[in-house]
Amino acid sequence: MKTYYNPEDLKKFGNIGEFQPSLAEKFFAYYGEVFAEGALTAREKSLIALAVAHTVQCPYCIDAYSVDTLEKGCSEQEMMEAIHVAAAIRGGSSLVHGVQMMNKVKELSM
Amino acid sequence: MKSLHATQHALADPLTQLDRLEAGLRDQLGLPLFQQRLAEAGLFPLRPTQMEIFQINLGKMCNQTCAHCHVDAGPDRKEIMTRDTMQLCLDALATSDVPTVDLTGGAPEMNPHFRWFVEECHKLGKHVMVRCNLTIIVANPKYHDLPAFYRDHGVEIVSSLPFYNADKTDRQRGKGVFKESVRALQMLNAVGYGKEGSGLLLNLVYNPAGAFLPGPQEGLKRQFKRVLWSEFGIVFNDLYAITNMPISRYLDYLFTSGNFNGYLEKLVNAFNPAAAQGVMCRNTLSVSWDGYLYDCDFNQMLELPVAPTAPRHIRDFDDSALQQRDIVLHQHCYGCTAGAGSSCGGTTT
Ligand code: SF4
Ligand code: SF4
Repeated sequence: MKTYYNPEDLKKFGNIGEFQPSLAEKFFAYYGEVFAEGALTAREKSLIALAVAHTVQCPYCIDAYSVDTLEKGCSEQEMMEAIHVAAAIRGGSSLVHGVQMMNKVKELSM
Repeated sequence: MKSLHATQHALADPLTQLDRLEAGLRDQLGLPLFQQRLAEAGLFPLRPTQMEIFQINLGKMCNQTCAHCHVDAGPDRKEIMTRDTMQLCLDALATSDVPTVDLTGGAPEMNPHFRWFVEECHKLGKHVMVRCNLTIIVANPKYHDLPAFYRDHGVEIVSSLPFYNADKTDRQRGKGVFKESVRALQMLNAVGYGKEGSGLLLNLVYNPAGAFLPGPQEGLKRQFKRVLWSEFGIVFNDLYAITNMPISRYLDYLFTSGNFNGYLEKLVNAFNPAAAQGVMCRNTLSVSWDGYLYDCDFNQMLELPVAPTAPRHIRDFDDSALQQRDIVLHQHCYGCTAGAGSSCGGTTT
């Protein structure tokens, strides 16, 4: 079956350099450095990435960071809590705009 | 749960395991064989460096039946080292300057001559390590004094704890194992193990509870230390991250869960020449319950004895002849060379 998303394509991410090597090289170097141990641990960064992956709803990133968080020794509870953080922010970001709606409604209403 | 051996499972046969691994790699995945990858890294044939560890398997009997066990150990296994074979090991140890004796199993403590053997190794001035599964300490009152016995003989303890919570640990090692392991760790701490300045080493072994590779050892160690201390007041020295070997019960898990191809591919793609340099068979000799010699405990379980050019039984032990041997390799060896490498002492890079 033909689909837009194919799990095998995740392994080909590195090949994007084929069409534009220098930018790919810079991106992957940057990417590597972002996820290295720093002020945040690699483990914390992986949980953030897992949450963001669900926010941007990227199947490649969800696949990659489900594995990465497991490898980094995160518990299943931690992983799900990270996703709830993403969900809370997404839900909250919709809801908080309710204030704009209320402002507008109050502006126009008697 | 029963061992593969007890249920006469096809994978209880080492040849079947080896065949399926090779067929999977070469025919299904089209990936290079281990020997070929090693040759590309300039390491074939693989030769020993300096023998530093005698790893002696005291038997396949165990109080647990972990889902990933490469020994296929369990309460139903009766293979156990006799005192005569232990004496042959001591004779060999007496003639050799190998500094470390690493006792494994099964649960080595279930061997009736275990304590005598530890005492004798200690008398020879050897550093003794015991791969203690923790639950054995609380399994029966006759084992409750093991922590004190270990302390008195300066034994280094190496214990598996695949996760810092009950859920994942029990899924891999059996129901209730986490709780009992915590109790045993607290008993070891109580006699000084893992405590700064005590000189009593307590190291934990982490291995993934599933079809994925271990992440960086340092990060895992930090997390284990943090949680075990804050939740249970447990301290330990080091944590060794070990890759699951695609053999025996773990191999069975890979097949039944549909992860076989994916896991093999992961191992092969993560091949690291630096990790290959440091594989444990280069400095370890493995002795089976019946006294035969192997390059490592994995080869022992796969019934791949040391090369025929070397002495093959502990009664014929000859350090320099063994030093000249080529190490016997097969496709499971990819489990030792993935990522940061994996050995009984954790990563190898
Ligand atoms: S992994 Fe260790 S504790 Fe578990 S069954 Fe095997 S020998 Fe026993
Ligand atoms: S499985 Fe044994 S022989 Fe193979 S690389 Fe690992 S330690 Fe060496």
